[in-house]
Amino acid sequence: MAAETLEQVAGALAAEGREIALSHGMLAIVTAPADVGVVVRRLQSDFAFDLFLDVTAVDWPAQEPRFEVVWHFYSTRHFSRVRVKTRVPESDPVVDTLIPLYGSAAVMERECHEMYGIRFRGNADLRPMLLYEGFVGHPLRKDYVKEHEQPLVPYLK
Amino acid sequence: MNRTIPIHSERAPSAAFEYIATKKDELIGWARKFSLFPYPFVTACCAMEFMSVSASPYDTDRFGAALPRFSPRQADLLMVVGTITHKQAPILLKVYEQMCEPKWVMAFGVCATSGGFYQNYAAVQGIDRIIPVDVYIPGCPPRPETVIDAIMQLQDKIAHARHPIITSTF
Repeated sequence: MAAETLEQVAGALAAEGREIALSHGMLAIVTAPADVGVVVRRLQSDFAFDLFLDVTAVDWPAQEPRFEVVWHFYSTRHFSRVRVKTRVPESDPVVDTLIPLYGSAAVMERECHEMYGIRFRGNADLRPMLLYEGFVGHPLRKDYVKEHEQPLVPYLK
Repeated sequence: MNRTIPIHSERAPSAAFEYIATKKDELIGWARKFSLFPYPFVTACCAMEFMSVSASPYDTDRFGAALPRFSPRQADLLMVVGTITHKQAPILLKVYEQMCEPKWVMAFGVCATSGGFYQNYAAVQGIDRIIPVDVYIPGCPPRPETVIDAIMQLQDKIAHARHPIITSTF
């Protein structure tokens, strides 16, 4: 059942000219930042990918554009997963929010924002969630020094 | 005639006074070391070992340190059980400052002692950077025997400490 769904999705999106790859049995769709909303809306309405699993980013310091934003979706009807990827530059790391499609995206976009500095256009609440107010930088970027602490309480002595 | 009155006596205290003061410290130390009221500041997996050492058969009640007080104002032993992150450090400091004197602090496990294997931006590299610590317990998590050993070491420390209760010297 999952294999048929993947074939259908791959066929339909390849017909639209999307870049499709199969990675370890999982369908990966590579798209431009502006088209993410269109692709995901298509996946949700036509192929029943109704569960938003996660949004995260990958930092490639030597490449341009530097950041790769990755979404994962799951279909509880077809029991299959799909991955959507796009690239954004360091100078303007912005993609559109998916809150209108999936409410749970709000929290995961917050985490992606604090850890990688990716901004989600349309998400009004990008306060830090795991980090604290006043934390400077984005710790999961490769150029953040791992041991660089930013204590809230002054140290003794 | 402007004569200042010394606050502290300039004479050396007499031998009898020293003897009484020492005996008083011993008595109060003996009383205090068997009535430790712990405040468990539990943040992580070391809590499992804390439960284990609190319950039978290890049973910290044998050392008078079994009854956890969940208000810092009623406690005199702060047990920091687990990893302290920088986001949590202000809470730990507030709890410590709310405790009344006399108070002691126990760093339970490697994370509270030194940050453990969290050598990164998120974890405090040992709670002794923000509050004074009396006894450290190694282990990830510590064996209950190690915790009992730490309680006994702390009891020794309390028994041999000075306990001024009326003035700064007595």
